[in-house]
Amino acid sequence: MSEEMTTQEAWHQGSQGAKAAYARRRITVDPITRLEGHGKIDIFLDQAGEVERAYFQVPELRGFEKFAEGRPAEDMPQITSRICGVCPTAHHMAGTKTLDALYKVDPPPAAKKIRELVYSAFMAEDHLLHFYFLGGPDFVVGPEAPAAQRNILGVIATVGEEAGRQVIAMRRRLREIITMVGGKVIHPVLGLPGGVAKRVKAEEQAEIQKTAADAVEFARFTLDLFRKVVLANPGYVDLIVSDAFTHRTYYMGLMDEKNRPNFYDGQIRVVSPEGGEWAKFAPADYLDYVAEHVEPWSYVKFCYLKPFGWQGFTDGMESGIFSVAPLARLNAADAMSTPLAQEAFEEMYATLGGKPVHHTLANHWARVVEVLNAAERLKELADDPELIDPNVRTLPTETPREGVGVVEAPRGTLFHHYVTDSRGVIEKANLIVATQNNSARMAMSVEKAAKGLISKGVVSEGILNKVEMAFRAYDPCHACATHSLPGSMPLVVEVRGPAGEILSRLRRDSDGSLHRE
Amino acid sequence: MPDKPKVAFYWCSSCGGCEEAVVDLAEKILDVVAAVDIVFWPVALDFKKSDVEAMEDGSILASFVNGAIRTTEQEEMALLLRRKSKVLVAFGSCAHLGGIPALANLWDREAIFETAYRTTASTVNPEGIMPQVSTPHNGDVVTLPGFYNTVRALDQVTEVDYYIPGCAPTPNIIAGAVETLLSGDLPPAGTVLTPDIALCEECPRLESKPQELTIERFLRPHEVIADEGTCLLAQGLLCMGPATRSGCGHLCINGNMPCTGCFGPTSKVRDQGAKYLSAIASMLGFEDEAAIDRALDGIPDPIGTFYRYGLAGSLLRRRKMTPVDA
Amino acid sequence: MPEPMDKPAAPATADGWEPKIVAFFCNWCTYLAADLAGTSRMKYAPNTRVIRVMCSGRVDPQFVLEALAHGADGVLIGGCHPGDCHYQSGNYKALRRFRLLKRILLAFGIEDERIRLEWISAAEADKLRDVVNEMVAQVKALGPARLGIPPEDWAVGLEEEADEEVEGVTV
Repeated sequence: MSEEMTTQEAWHQGSQGAKAAYARRRITVDPITRLEGHGKIDIFLDQAGEVERAYFQVPELRGFEKFAEGRPAEDMPQITSRICGVCPTAHHMAGTKTLDALYKVDPPPAAKKIRELVYSAFMAEDHLLHFYFLGGPDFVVGPEAPAAQRNILGVIATVGEEAGRQVIAMRRRLREIITMVGGKVIHPVLGLPGGVAKRVKAEEQAEIQKTAADAVEFARFTLDLFRKVVLANPGYVDLIVSDAFTHRTYYMGLMDEKNRPNFYDGQIRVVSPEGGEWAKFAPADYLDYVAEHVEPWSYVKFCYLKPFGWQGFTDGMESGIFSVAPLARLNAADAMSTPLAQEAFEEMYATLGGKPVHHTLANHWARVVEVLNAAERLKELADDPELIDPNVRTLPTETPREGVGVVEAPRGTLFHHYVTDSRGVIEKANLIVATQNNSARMAMSVEKAAKGLISKGVVSEGILNKVEMAFRAYDPCHACATHSLPGSMPLVVEVRGPAGEILSRLRRDSDGSLHRE
Repeated sequence: MPDKPKVAFYWCSSCGGCEEAVVDLAEKILDVVAAVDIVFWPVALDFKKSDVEAMEDGSILASFVNGAIRTTEQEEMALLLRRKSKVLVAFGSCAHLGGIPALANLWDREAIFETAYRTTASTVNPEGIMPQVSTPHNGDVVTLPGFYNTVRALDQVTEVDYYIPGCAPTPNIIAGAVETLLSGDLPPAGTVLTPDIALCEECPRLESKPQELTIERFLRPHEVIADEGTCLLAQGLLCMGPATRSGCGHLCINGNMPCTGCFGPTSKVRDQGAKYLSAIASMLGFEDEAAIDRALDGIPDPIGTFYRYGLAGSLLRRRKMTPVDA
Repeated sequence: MPEPMDKPAAPATADGWEPKIVAFFCNWCTYLAADLAGTSRMKYAPNTRVIRVMCSGRVDPQFVLEALAHGADGVLIGGCHPGDCHYQSGNYKALRRFRLLKRILLAFGIEDERIRLEWISAAEADKLRDVVNEMVAQVKALGPARLGIPPEDWAVGLEEEADEEVEGVTV
């Protein structure tokens, strides 16, 4: 970008260039929907019509790591929750734990239980949203089903209206727990160093217990649905294990002392593509293990395992690319912390041929196992008499300097790291945000899917959905669907020859109908 | 059968919380959906920008745009939707006042990129690669939107008809606003669609707020265990209630934490941060300059606290980038 | 007897730019001092635009910010000495607000010398003259404040957009 040009001019020039280049061998998918913020895919074909390169771009940045500077550290849980309004609780909790580390203060037991209670409710409702409204329809209704049905309406048609209403109600009730205990559900306020802002009352506990018990039942229903609809269908299973959606990367997750996933607390464990433990480390040591790489064509940074150095967008034992989120967590685990989830965990690996599972689409299955785990954990905490203990805060006494806090967000491991002055005002902040850990693998998935599906310049019918499936399996952050509107992704795919003539055009309209021209 | 009125939703530099807020309408959204035709909503529907461009100007009844304006692409979309809509609604704090992303107005693009892409602890970038507006690829270019130096609120880019405040707006506020807009009985342009009174007036702890409030020491939330029934300001915590519009249901106070000001000021105030500073300073119980300064040391970050959501919409809008430092 | 001064202490800048200082003077003290300076034919830097308020405690911080946003290079507030306020404690309010406003202005990148609070009684025309002269010299050395002006790179290019016909854009 020339120093002389203004931002607007440079962007305009680039845009014009892109439009001209568009006449050549190029497919652009813009915008992608149901994605973290905004996303764009640019696919370049070579002379033979094969995919040469596919770029998965995130076209936005806000700069939280910069404008955190100068803020009081205790404001960070509420400021960083604005990184994401779908998973604000994840940032809020990571920030809160960072404050504990910063002030070297240990919350009372009741406070930890309250935090984990809120967190379990959050994990359950967020995963349910993705399963029923976003990723789930790909399976529950089927990737071959008419596009107009590949959405919550189709899910309801498959599972029945009663069940459909239960989904909406269950999610609402889980979110009400967060409102009750955390003040707000979109951007909660409960987190403070050394504890939480207020206690839980006995009558609140009673209500939470009811919701928690129903949540466990609903999680079982969801797993059952997955078995009936997905696992009983050999076509789906083939899709899950197909090579187009397989990458052999490392896997990372937060584990307790028995190597069982714990979303709220633990140590970070990384297993290799062959399944053995590669490392297990405390959050405070994360800088020895995780690094971020910059590319000029995206605003998002790409994470990799630092000791390997950046090897490019490749997988395998030598590459250092890792992934996070449900499948990664289960791959990195030896067992689950709750009984029903443990059964489901064993079933999944028995079916898919042992650990680790490299099939990206298996994330959907792992996610359902985690709903069960979160719901069971929610129930354990809801039933705990200590939940209503009035002592929910230890006031800090140490001088703050530096702290790291890590949680498992629904979409992966989330790192917060603050350095402050002696008053606890932020001097430097480092944030590695869940989906970011997957960004390299997501880019690879999109490229691999494109390469696997586009040949000789011909765009097949399946590409439209399968390119989507490549990234949607990661449950990228901006997941928000409505209950009652068709959820067809907008795509026009145009393939042009060297002279600019259109070789083929495929368009999917709002009513889900496909048109090939 | 008359056509249903068309509405559109769009997000600029936002976190998605405003989208979630719409979903949280739960059953109420079905009434809304029955009454309107949603013609554009990238988070959920398959309409593209070219579909919007093809519409007649003014054919969309109302567009609800959330998020601040950070990039060239967001600015373009805001201008496009303005053209195509009769009514443009700034939805949520970011579109209303700049929101939390506007805290970046304390820096500029260069400073932000330098931190994000070079100096953060885990970033390994010895060549100093920075995201580019255009990146060459075999004679073609891959483009990214441009990143402006300054974050703007929606009404600093184009004319806005109404504001739905909050971070995020609450279901009641949203449902009420949509009802109002569909009723045909439109309030004066520029109205913020929530009661025009300060939060204190609807706060359940109002009784414990003294008429004459004197503060001798400011406390930060982690320095004290706040009583769950008493006015937070009276306990020395910086609650923005006096300078913030009501209508949110005092959710943060319910959580036993102070209001941080997300609904913005009432209509009688031009600059929320300045008005709050005026109120707070007036309450200080000292007349001696040294004692005043000592008490003010208890507020470590006045600009970030008083302007947490409103920096872009404030009178000065951004920090002046000069060598002068604190 | 105060000494008259014929010209401002600091030399004019190369392009002859002169700072604009908005001054809020309280009716009972500082404004009368300005009157006295006038009737005494005192000469001092002419850069202030004076706004009379009933009390320095009437000065809302928004006034200061608005002045700066609309092109003022500095703001001067004049009130009665502590203990002498016509309304008992208005000037103490002014002092408290001023001390907090200063911190915020610093965070906005606004230099310390641009905003000033002084206690000037009705008889202290000489103090008024000295304060104004000093402030003008300091602000002149700092240069124009240039606040509230949109940064260049968001306005340029809007008119040049070939693809979009942009109308009615407010920047």
